[in-house]
Amino acid sequence: MERVAVIGVGQTKYEQGKRETFHELVWEVANKALDDAGITVNEIDNVVSVSSDFWDGRTISSMAISDTSGAFGKDISTVEGDGTFGVLYGMMRILSGSFGTTMVVAHHKGTESNMNGITNTAFDPLVERRLGLDAVTSAAMQARRYMTVSGATERQFAMVSVKNHGNAKRNPYAMLPMDITVDDVMNSPMLASPLKKLDCSPVTDGAAAMVLAAEREAKKFSTSRKRVWLNGVGHCTDAYRLGDRDLADTRALKEAAKKAYAMAGVTTNDIDVAEVYDAFSYMEPLWLEGLGLCDDGMGPECIERGYFDFGGTLPVNTSGGRLSANAVQVAGLAGMIECVLQLRGGAGRRQVKGAQKALAHGINGICGQSHCVWILGK
Amino acid sequence: MGNRVGIIGVGQTHHAAHRLDASGVELIAEAVTRALDDAQMTLDQIDAIVIGNMDHFENINYVDMWATDGLGSFLKPVFKVTTGGTTGTTVAAAAYYSAASGLFDVVMAVGWEKNSESDTQTAIATCSNPVLERDPFPGAIGPLATEYTMYMDAFGATEEDAAIVAVRDRNNALNNPYAHNRMRVTVEDVMNSPMLSYPVKFLDMCPRSDGSCAVIFAAEEKAKKLCPRPAWVHASVVRHDYTHFGDLEWQWMPTLERASLEAYKIAGITNPLKEFDVAELYLPCSTTGVKWMDSLWFCDRGESPKRIIRTGITEMDGQLPVNPSGGVIATNPIGATGLNRVGEAAWQIMGRAGDRQVPNVKKALATGFGGCSWSDVFILGADLP
Repeated sequence: MERVAVIGVGQTKYEQGKRETFHELVWEVANKALDDAGITVNEIDNVVSVSSDFWDGRTISSMAISDTSGAFGKDISTVEGDGTFGVLYGMMRILSGSFGTTMVVAHHKGTESNMNGITNTAFDPLVERRLGLDAVTSAAMQARRYMTVSGATERQFAMVSVKNHGNAKRNPYAMLPMDITVDDVMNSPMLASPLKKLDCSPVTDGAAAMVLAAEREAKKFSTSRKRVWLNGVGHCTDAYRLGDRDLADTRALKEAAKKAYAMAGVTTNDIDVAEVYDAFSYMEPLWLEGLGLCDDGMGPECIERGYFDFGGTLPVNTSGGRLSANAVQVAGLAGMIECVLQLRGGAGRRQVKGAQKALAHGINGICGQSHCVWILGK
Repeated sequence: MGNRVGIIGVGQTHHAAHRLDASGVELIAEAVTRALDDAQMTLDQIDAIVIGNMDHFENINYVDMWATDGLGSFLKPVFKVTTGGTTGTTVAAAAYYSAASGLFDVVMAVGWEKNSESDTQTAIATCSNPVLERDPFPGAIGPLATEYTMYMDAFGATEEDAAIVAVRDRNNALNNPYAHNRMRVTVEDVMNSPMLSYPVKFLDMCPRSDGSCAVIFAAEEKAKKLCPRPAWVHASVVRHDYTHFGDLEWQWMPTLERASLEAYKIAGITNPLKEFDVAELYLPCSTTGVKWMDSLWFCDRGESPKRIIRTGITEMDGQLPVNPSGGVIATNPIGATGLNRVGEAAWQIMGRAGDRQVPNVKKALATGFGGCSWSDVFILGADLP
């Protein structure tokens, strides 16, 4: 099978209350990614946009970014979900042999959205929606279940927030670089027990873009320093209704990870740096278990021991993670971009020395119903 | 390079204005079950699934997650694509590329819509730029009326030309048990139906339907093993251009011209009118059945009324039957509408189109339309590409 490379990346600074429209954010990052790849829009032969009519408050919202993404007169499609799924489709379009270079671009204006209302509409309209469930309240149930199963404590979850906000201090794109303590997290306002404000990712505006290229094109366009390979990918879906799932059982993630590792021909020991979807603090250890990067039930303890710190055995969320900037739909793509920068040796003050293999992870739906796992390599 | 891909099974729901007997998930299950039956397969043999619809019609966020029980996607890979009216063909393209990529062997495309639970026109109105264009272009009918008045003015096409297309598609639907509107009509009936937006009248325009469609794509080796006569994908091309309706060149349909030209190039088609045996076209309004024949290169710009429509060559017994299924003005479950075109074209090649079967179909054309006058084109063939 032909290999596919990432040859260019671009992101906005993640902020609240950006004045640009979402199409203007797409314009910014598409241009940054092209500049990074050292090519022009003429050398892009297809575009995959990632957008959602719900978050954009507009029907066929991908219509609004048709021009600013450089899709005029080109083959374009739109994935709705996390950016990691957009990259998946972008890569499959190249592997099909029909295309040589794909622009993948995602955007989000959280400050123009209503998180509670929009995530409430992800629930079954007849029963669960009427309970008022949303992303935060459902996550609280998952956190509680995880505590029951693994014995994790709220203080251990808080340590994830302390670590990731600390990591954000070394990332100029992150929105919330913070020096905080476990007590600060514990004393922040309760949103839905056991989740406090600092356990939850912030409402964020931002966009990100990635240029993918078939091996033959990648060798033509970019220097070897900048080229990073998409080695493996897997995605998988769990049951829809929360009542049909054990929320602490990560069976869909395990399946996705197994496929990604097998396709890349690596084991968990080969991973040097990982970007895991920490929309809430508890998710980081839960997903790390599902990814096999620590044993089942051991996530919280590994966090406490500093195993996943910057400078630890396996640095996780060196970007600051979703806890420090969570532009929904962009967020998983931002994680992939962080992996690309780490593998290039271009991550500045947060560089993990000698990183050869990186893992990125995105989720869709409520409480991580669906997962997409990526292995990237030099 | 990627795998060659064939369609090996198609399933459709029965369509209606109100399918009060089924929820959205149940409509999806109906189409999926029928596609599996058509392919004589079980769910275990499906490696991956792609789904699409339009968010604001049913107000369900993360439809790919919500639909799990109907899709049969539990512990399977699934993702969602959505591009407005072209969603159905977009889903087909995503399933095609998934199977062609080599990552998956058998991939199911599913489109659906339950328009009876929506306010379709209101939802569509919000596709326009909120400051510049939401007032002049609210909903689907206005832009279609605009483009045909300009075509009438430029080339002398008439309201009766559109009525001929409406009569063709609506009467063809009588042969399609899955169609939503099955009525025998005459040109007079169409001309006398209520005016919606000049020159578009009630019987010129598509309905909004409840329904779902599932199409199973398989990579070459699997397709040969699983299906006696797969419908091979010869080309899949999408062309979008503008973001604003005001930028469009209304007298013709540039995206359809470019998309079909590229698809013909890929599939080696030089004389589409002769080489295609059947066409299932996304014609949301009978007027487009006149105007867009130019854009598909069936004739020169402006010649469609004289050369195509008034000669009857797109009727069931003509040189190139168009929309044996009755097309979009008979049946329009929006997120599935484009996929129905691909599925119907596949059935024509597989010889499974029942009373609407065109004899000996070797090559079939299917299209999708949506967004800001965007176009998708599929070419299917009985022989390997």
